Amino acid sequence: MIFYYLKLGWLSIRRNPWLSALMVAAIAVGIGASMTTITVNYMMGSNPIPSKSDQLFYVQLDTWDPNTVSDDPFEPPDQVTYNDAMALMKSAPAYRQVASNRSGLVLEPENRDETPFNVDARNTFADFFPMFEVPFLYGGGWDSNADEGMERVVVLSREINERLFGGENPVGRSVRMNGMDFRVVGVMDHWLPVPKFYDVTNGAFNDSEEVYIPFNVAIEYQLPRNGNTNCWKTPDGSGFEAFLNSECVWIQFWAELRNEQEKQDYMAFLAAYTEQQKLIGRFPRPLNNRLDSVMEWMEREEVVADDAQVMLGLSLLFLLVCLLNTIGLLLAKFIGKSGDIGLRRALGATRGTLFRQHMVEAGLIGLGGGIFGLGLAWLGLRGVEILFGEFIENLVTMDWLMVLTAIGLAIVSALLAGLYPTWRACSIAPAGQLKTQ
Amino acid sequence: MLSMQDISMVYRTDLVETHALRDFSLDVAEGDFVSVTGPSGSGKTTFLNIAGLLEQFTKGRYELDGRDVSSLSDAQRSKVRNEKIGFIFQGFNLIPDLSLYDNVDVPLRYRGFSAAERKRRIEHVLDLVGLGSRMKHLPSQLSGGQQQRVAIARALSGEPRFLLADEPTGNLDSQMALSVMELIKQINDQGTTIIMVTHDPALAGMASRNIHIRDGQVSDVEHDTQLVAAIAG
Repeated sequence: MIFYYLKLGWLSIRRNPWLSALMVAAIAVGIGASMTTITVNYMMGSNPIPSKSDQLFYVQLDTWDPNTVSDDPFEPPDQVTYNDAMALMKSAPAYRQVASNRSGLVLEPENRDETPFNVDARNTFADFFPMFEVPFLYGGGWDSNADEGMERVVVLSREINERLFGGENPVGRSVRMNGMDFRVVGVMDHWLPVPKFYDVTNGAFNDSEEVYIPFNVAIEYQLPRNGNTNCWKTPDGSGFEAFLNSECVWIQFWAELRNEQEKQDYMAFLAAYTEQQKLIGRFPRPLNNRLDSVMEWMEREEVVADDAQVMLGLSLLFLLVCLLNTIGLLLAKFIGKSGDIGLRRALGATRGTLFRQHMVEAGLIGLGGGIFGLGLAWLGLRGVEILFGEFIENLVTMDWLMVLTAIGLAIVSALLAGLYPTWRACSIAPAGQLKTQ
Repeated sequence: MLSMQDISMVYRTDLVETHALRDFSLDVAEGDFVSVTGPSGSGKTTFLNIAGLLEQFTKGRYELDGRDVSSLSDAQRSKVRNEKIGFIFQGFNLIPDLSLYDNVDVPLRYRGFSAAERKRRIEHVLDLVGLGSRMKHLPSQLSGGQQQRVAIARALSGEPRFLLADEPTGNLDSQMALSVMELIKQINDQGTTIIMVTHDPALAGMASRNIHIRDGQVSDVEHDTQLVAAIAG
């Protein structure tokens, strides 16, 4: 019977094209508005690395000053100092771990006619690539020997490789940055985790970096840093060395811990390390180290902004208003079909049969609203992009799940809106309608 | 076949109480062709609605095909309507955007027949009413008489035991009315019980029995149809 109901629903929609169009438009507008905000919230809150998000832990050490509290007195700083990062890299018992920070370099193209340009860079360690499952187009990441040997190697993003080498395999070739030659060891494929979980402190929705070089090389050659740096205490002395030995936090630190035991062992190490540091006058606050999984870290950093959630609530209210309009329009449409309903009742249709028939019709209207709503949502997302600029472009993309959600939400909304009108229409006494046809 | 005993039907509003039928009793045997006449507001249509299980009555007992239908649920009444009763309306009541084929298909869909069985029945009844070659046409492409023939085909498609006709020729000119009445008579000759409401004594005269309703009651118990025809003149 479902195909029969679909046929009748389609005929009914065609019979009152303007009324049907109004209903489709009402649902489409509601779906367009709500899906715009749902998509932004969904992308903000999505799991950027679902295969191992519960095995990757962001490390926080509470090195902060007890007398200088920031937003929350109980929160440890969201990055670590250079000395702590190096101590953890050397001794902490993790399956994999990486310290990294954001940087910016000046790249000098081989072609002398082309002017040098700035590139976003990340200073990191060898484990960065397998740990975060970075996909490679050519070659791969460097190994730990390159870290220890301070080899000047580089991994390029696909986009920068297209710009420099026309997309060809550049492994083994050289790239000159900040006056030094770096040997290309790999080219990443498209890699755009949303949110950019491995460094939310420098913009959770920014693009991935364009080049990746060994952290130790960046330190050795005192290459510039671009990311957030917070200090509660002025460095003792001046110069790069003093900065490295300061209490300034500027490094993101991640550990890959495959099970609960590894996590407990790691926490125990952090506690022991903190106690040891207290003996030399550091870590003045009570023990407050943290290991947050990817999603815990996203939540703690409030990656999903409050105003985005408020907008989501408002857009759902707007959808509700659209549905109330649709209820009124459906009521008018279905009551207008009283004669048809009375006739079908006389010919043997039960109330249940007619209820299903009209719910299918409501669902068809919802489907139409969903399809047009998707178009409006796309326009809405483009509008958000124009309003907030390019930095949000990674958030305003609909994946298949969102497309299906839009269609599903539209159909469910239309079915809910159709409940009362359908019930009213099916309650019509058939006898009263047959004479008036 | 059909037995109504002391049926009363009262329509109530806050201000008015209208007795559409009062202690109405009637027996119709299988194969009968009964015409029902009476002035406007006498209760003819109410009687037909109750007979067709389209309305519940206030009081009395109604047996259809030996079964008390007073206490049937709404769904059971729908099933009885679908399987045992065919309706022919004055205004034809065809669905305008469905083809003749699909119009006749409506009651069969609710019966749950297979597609092949539905096709067989639809083609058969449309042939029977002389419209077998126009199955894909829309009702608006037919004359009034042809539309009523489609309505008759729809009523017959479920092979009902019992056909209820409410002024079946009321919207037709005399030539078409005669043609439709001949078809109805032909159906009755094949064994289908027919009750037909009409205000036209000449058409009533074509039935085998006539009852006259006045003020919700059978006033003239049963006229001989020959007499009715004679009155019609």
